[in-house]
Amino acid sequence: MNTVELTCIGCPLGCNVTVKTEGERIISVSGNTCPRGESYARKEVTDPTRIVTTTMRVKGGARSRVACKTASDIPKGKIFEVMREIASAQAEAPVRLGDVLIVNVADTGVDVTATSSVAASDPQ
Amino acid sequence: MTVTEHDIVVIGGGPAGLAAAIAAKKSGVNDVLILERGGELGGILNQCIHNGFGLHTFGEELTGSEYAARFIAEAEELGIPYKLDTMALDITPERVVTAVNRTDGVMTIKAGAVILAMGCRERPRGALNIAGFRPAGIFSAGTAQRLVNIEGYMPGKEVVILGSGDIGLIMARRMTLEGARVKLVAELMPYSGGLKRNIVQCLDDFDIPLLLSHTVVDIEGKERVTAVVVAEVDENRRPIPGTEQRISCDTLLLSCGLLPENELSQSAGVELSPVTGGAVVNESLETSVGGVFACGNVLHVHDLVDYVSEEAALAGENAARYVRGERCEGGEPISLRAGNGVRYTVPSFIAPERAGDKLTVRFRVADVYKNAFVCVYCGDECVQRRKKRVLAPGEMEQVVLTDRLFAENPGLSEITIKIETA
Ligand SMILES: Cc1cc2nc3c(=O)[nH]c(=O)nc-3n(C[C@H](O)[C@H](O)[C@H](O)COP(=O)(O)OP(=O)(O)OC[C@H]3O[C@@H](n4cnc5c(N)ncnc54)[C@H](O)[C@@H]3O)c2cc1C
Ligand code: SF4
Repeated sequence: MNTVELTCIGCPLGCNVTVKTEGERIISVSGNTCPRGESYARKEVTDPTRIVTTTMRVKGGARSRVACKTASDIPKGKIFEVMREIASAQAEAPVRLGDVLIVNVADTGVDVTATSSVAASDPQ
Repeated sequence: MTVTEHDIVVIGGGPAGLAAAIAAKKSGVNDVLILERGGELGGILNQCIHNGFGLHTFGEELTGSEYAARFIAEAEELGIPYKLDTMALDITPERVVTAVNRTDGVMTIKAGAVILAMGCRERPRGALNIAGFRPAGIFSAGTAQRLVNIEGYMPGKEVVILGSGDIGLIMARRMTLEGARVKLVAELMPYSGGLKRNIVQCLDDFDIPLLLSHTVVDIEGKERVTAVVVAEVDENRRPIPGTEQRISCDTLLLSCGLLPENELSQSAGVELSPVTGGAVVNESLETSVGGVFACGNVLHVHDLVDYVSEEAALAGENAARYVRGERCEGGEPISLRAGNGVRYTVPSFIAPERAGDKLTVRFRVADVYKNAFVCVYCGDECVQRRKKRVLAPGEMEQVVLTDRLFAENPGLSEITIKIETA
């Protein structure tokens, strides 16, 4: 049997929730004050996901970087793989907020989109 | 020198300035001008590339830059003029603003009303009280955020962070994602000043330890930081001898809190609160100088930008009423007192005639409370009592006062907000 200790982020109370598992199976969830804590803990233990926000290099832009994010949650275990793929990519100016910068990043089925805009640099 | 006149001049083009200008324009004042010292609108949000903004306002989670973009787009649709790279240097009590930029030079602007929205800056040293020379490699967390997110420059590889406010936590994750090793976050207080969600998603996710009741007592290194010494502190926040541990690192980030940026307000003669460092305001968010309003982080430090936008819109509407001469005269104002467990309230005074049907009072508590009550007292009578499972200094709280309360208590001189534990 495995025991996982989590802090629920559902509200400022931040309950310490304990999840007991047997292989893939969740045996018990305790320590949560309300049902939200239980569903949070179940998701965290079986399928934790996060949105990744970072920046990407820009070619020919008035700025050297554009802010970007995964358009939706990706598996937590893939965060660094996603980061590596974004780090090796380069956007081309002009970039507009909402532009898709990478399709299906790290095979997650999720795109990386721009969260800021970068104009093309003034031709000298 | 050019002299111009405008109905409303907004100082600062961050989320507060934008929301105030938008609300003023929507209230029918056409001549609104925003002065922004930076090269773009959006304020500090432009360097906040993480998400977690706008849940209250838009019902979705945006990044800081996305949240700012929505307000910038709205201001542009409304055709609100703004001047970038323009620094306001002085405001007189008669609302004459002096500002400077490269194209216009020094400008004198006579304003019908002024809205202060200059934001805040980081406490330079805060908890760090170490004598002696300073090697390179010490940055404030906000500066590091700008370097990494805007310049794409990593300040170091092995990092210790002092202070567990949200910016420090966000930077712990950010630098980890960019390949640095964040060795620990030390927090002087026995609790973190940051949001729970940030502790989980920025520290726990990456197994970064958070040491509560700890501080940095020494920094090693001549040219560049090579290590810091961290020690536990007692209840009086004094380091406990024998608890020191040496942690090798090349970078120390300081996340020691924010302070409203009020030099300009002082030149206008605005009375400041010793607790918040921001202006003392009435129900209209008007300062002690008539026609000068304040909102956002320059008024008091906010952790959620949604509340900044909400507060700023109120300042904008009130400034509009002021220049249109539509404001009713308030009688003797009611004082709002911060009672037991409450550090401050915004506003500090209320003219009930002007408070509208609902008035939101924002405040912060002085300590962590569990299962406590937020109480509103008129004299000895408790008129509102709301149970909260948890109250923490890091999270801004609010109570709503209604017109009924004022109607039922004519001649009231004082309202007290306090925390009761039983
Ligand atoms: C690093 C950081 C991380 C944050 N993370 C979150 C988060 O995750 N979620 C959330 O909801 N909130 C977050 N916040 C809080 C939120 O972003 C702020 O509360 C909000 O940006 C404050 O808005 P403001 O307009 O008052 O100040 P600012 O955004 O600081 O804007 C003030 C503007 O005024 C300008 N200015 C100052 N002085 C002058 C002058 N003399 N003349 C002309 N212009 C001037 C400045 O250049 C600036 O653009 C964060 C804040 C910081 C600092
Ligand atoms: S379990 Fe419920 S009460 Fe506890 S932190 Fe989560 S949401 Fe809040």
